[in-house]
Parts: sequence; structure tokens; C-alpha cells
Amino acid sequence: MSGTIVTITSGKGGVGKTTATANIGVALASEGARVVCIDADIGLRNLDVVMGLENRIVYDLVDVVEGRCKLRQAMIKDKRLSELYLIPAAQTRDKTAVSPQDMIRLTDDLRDEYDWILIDSPAGIERGFRNAIAPADIVVIVTNPEVSAVRDADRIIGLIEAEEKGPGQLILNRVKPEMVKRGDMLGTEDILDVLAINLLGVVPEDDGVVVSSNQGMPAALDPRSRAGKAFRDVARRLRGEEVPFEALESRDGFFGRIARLVRPGGDA
Amino acid sequence: MTISVSIKGTGEGLIVSVPAGEWGKIRQAVLQTIDDRAEFFRNARLALQVDEHELGAAELGGLRDELARRDIGLWAVLSSSPTTKSAAADLGLALQLEPTEASVEDLPLDTPIDGEEAVLVARTLRSGNVLRHPGHVVVIGDVNPGAEITAGGNVIVWGRLRGVVHAGAGGDEEAVVCALDLAPTQLRIAGHIAVSPERRKDPGPEIARIREGQLIADTWKDSRQR
Repeated sequence: MSGTIVTITSGKGGVGKTTATANIGVALASEGARVVCIDADIGLRNLDVVMGLENRIVYDLVDVVEGRCKLRQAMIKDKRLSELYLIPAAQTRDKTAVSPQDMIRLTDDLRDEYDWILIDSPAGIERGFRNAIAPADIVVIVTNPEVSAVRDADRIIGLIEAEEKGPGQLILNRVKPEMVKRGDMLGTEDILDVLAINLLGVVPEDDGVVVSSNQGMPAALDPRSRAGKAFRDVARRLRGEEVPFEALESRDGFFGRIARLVRPGGDA
Repeated sequence: MTISVSIKGTGEGLIVSVPAGEWGKIRQAVLQTIDDRAEFFRNARLALQVDEHELGAAELGGLRDELARRDIGLWAVLSSSPTTKSAAADLGLALQLEPTEASVEDLPLDTPIDGEEAVLVARTLRSGNVLRHPGHVVVIGDVNPGAEITAGGNVIVWGRLRGVVHAGAGGDEEAVVCALDLAPTQLRIAGHIAVSPERRKDPGPEIARIREGQLIADTWKDSRQR
């Protein structure tokens, strides 16, 4: 059975593409799938850091494309999951080192042996982005509930529709439910109103993600992490499962607030 | 004696009509006429009016090839001769000019405005999409922030208009902008420009136009009372 190539992109930088790629890769591999993650952000690589594999890089994507090594030599096996691999980007070159055709050739080579090939796209709409979406079967767009991120996501959706890779699936990342409730932050409905594409996942803002990145341990490995759970749900939906969206109430909730009122030192 | 070959341009392409006479000479005259005006004929669709000339399949096929060599597509042969008609049919050539649909210019219009042509876009315009048209523009879908419409005529959006819109871009102050939810980041009609006021809780269809030198927006209900 042929593998599926999923490109994770956004337009805007810093919304969580790399985090999403690492976590979705981990979640899929944890369920037994054979997964390859490819960092397409040539020159600004960080998927290796987030996955905790930066010390193991010998060859990178540009080495493969330029023929200095075989594809399999550049694939780094994950520390924890045996069926998860990373092909890192080069840090000393730039996006022009790779072409869309290179990406298509390279990923075609992987399709037979791997179930999922996840491509971490760079930010922007130029060559790096075009390289990343060229081989995609599915394009996942990550955005934050924030007007400039949504504006960029809309642009990206327009571009991928024009490339006939559309319509794309949306991950809404770094949602703060309390702010949404207060009306200070865009809610899921507001965003879908503009972007009008299928919602793949809603991931809450989670301080634990910062810790995870620093430690190179994606949150999806942590059963207690709320962001991790959201990414695991994304993986399940990608595999075709119907997973209901969690109501992102704050941990306090109704009972939490009552508890705080009666406890000594509480609000009452 | 010079053979006069007449050329007429129609909605179907070009029609070349030949007089009676010896076919060999006429064929030569036709090709000569075409070669004299090679640029004019290049990539043209050609119908050949041959009246009573009796032409077989070999002759018509050969002529079609000759014309193809000059980048001309022979698509019809008009003739009163059964021989010619039968040969043309065998070659897959049309035997008559198709009746044309009434072209827009033929229909009488009540309000002759420059650029009655309207372009219809039946999808949402996303950020970065730019739609420019000298006539009227109709969108069935939303116009997202970051999208732009520039029209010489009116702009009608059956959806939410949240991008930049410029109607009457050529200076037509009679142009209007209509939308089911009129909330553009910037609205211009001719030389006038305005930004949207605060979003109402309950957006309804509105029409924006210039009245007494001001850009104003009427709700659909109000505009009907005027």
C-alpha cells in the first residue's frame, strides 16, 4: 500500500508547524505506522531539535538531493519509536538548493516503504513553500486564532487551491479558551467562517509544549499533556477515524471555581 | 481575366467565396489570395463557399491540407452541388454555417452603459486574489480580507464583502457596491473612498453608492423606499 504524503504549512511563521509535524509523526508512529518526517526549512532547520535528534545528524536533505549520500543514509531513526525517521534540513544552505522536482522524486522513493511522509514546510510563500507542497497528497494548514495568522492562512489556502492541492485541512493551534470566552480571541467558528476548510484539529495553548521542545520530547508522548492529546486526535483523524472535538473548557471549570471559592485563600 | 475571390468575416470566422469557372484556376486564386494576406489568415477558421463547383473528396482533402499548411482551419464547405456536399460530409466538414446565438450586441438594452459585460465568479475570493474587470463584477461567495476587486462598473457580492473593493474604477460615479454583508476593509466608488464603520451585530444586505457627493450605504429595505 502506498504511503501518504502530508505537508504541514501555514504562511505565517511561528504558529506551530514544526511542533505539529513532530507531534503528529510521533502520534502516528506510536499507533504502529511507519513514518518519515522531512524538514524542508533549508537554512533554518529545527525539526531535528524539537524531536531531540540534533546530535545524530550526519547527512541532510541537501546531501541527498546533491547525491553525496543515499536517501537511507540521511534518515535518522527516532530515539524512542522504532518506526519513526527524520530527514533533517541543511543548516548552511538555503531554499534554492532543492527544487520541487527533487522533493517529488525523493518522496516517491519513500512511498513504498512508509505509511506516512510528513513534510515540515518553512514559513512564507516562496521557493521553500513550493518545494514542500510539490509532492503533497494532503496539505495541512496550521494557524493561530489571531488575525494576521488567519490572513496568511487564507492566502496559503488560495495558493494551494490554485496549485490544485486544495482545499487543505486546518489545525487551529494555541487556543486559549478563557480568552475566547471573553471575546478577546477569535474562536473556531470565526476562523472557519473566513477559511472555510475542514477542521482537522484544535490544540490548546499549553506551556508544556515549550518544555517539550527544549527537551526534544514531543508532547504527544506525554499522556498528561493536553496539547499532546490534541495532536494524537489529529493523527487519528488523519487515519480516517471520527474523533469528536474536545470542549476546551479551562481546567477550573464550574467545580474548580467553586472549590477555589470555599478553600482558604480563595476568591470569596 | 482576374478571378475575384471574396472574403467575408463573420461570427463563425472567415468565409471565402469563389465565382464559377475552371476549378484549377480558382483554386490557385484562392491560395494566392490567402498568401497575399498571410498574416490576416493565420490561425483563422475558414468556410469555403464554392456554389456549384463539383469537388470530390480528394480535392477537398488536398485543399484542406494546403490550408492547414498555412495554419488555416477549413471547417466548412458551402455548396449547392450534391457531389461536393457528399465529399465534404465524408471529410467531416460542416455543410452549413451554424446559426449563431444572438450576440450580446444584438439584444437591445434598456440602459446603454459602457461595459455591460459582467464577469461572474462563483467562488470565495481569498486573501491575495485580485479580480480586475472593466465591466461589472458579480461574486457568488465571500470576498475575504486581503482580496481585491477593481471594476469599471458595479460590484455585487452574494456573500460577505470583507476585502478591498473599487467600483466605478474608471470614474463612473453612478457605480454601486452591493453585498449581503457589506464590511470591506476599504470601499471606493470612482474617486471616493471610505472605510467600513463598526460591524453591526446583525449585518444585512446593503448597497453603497455616491449620493450628493458622499459615499453612503443603504440597507436593502431603505434603498427600496427611495
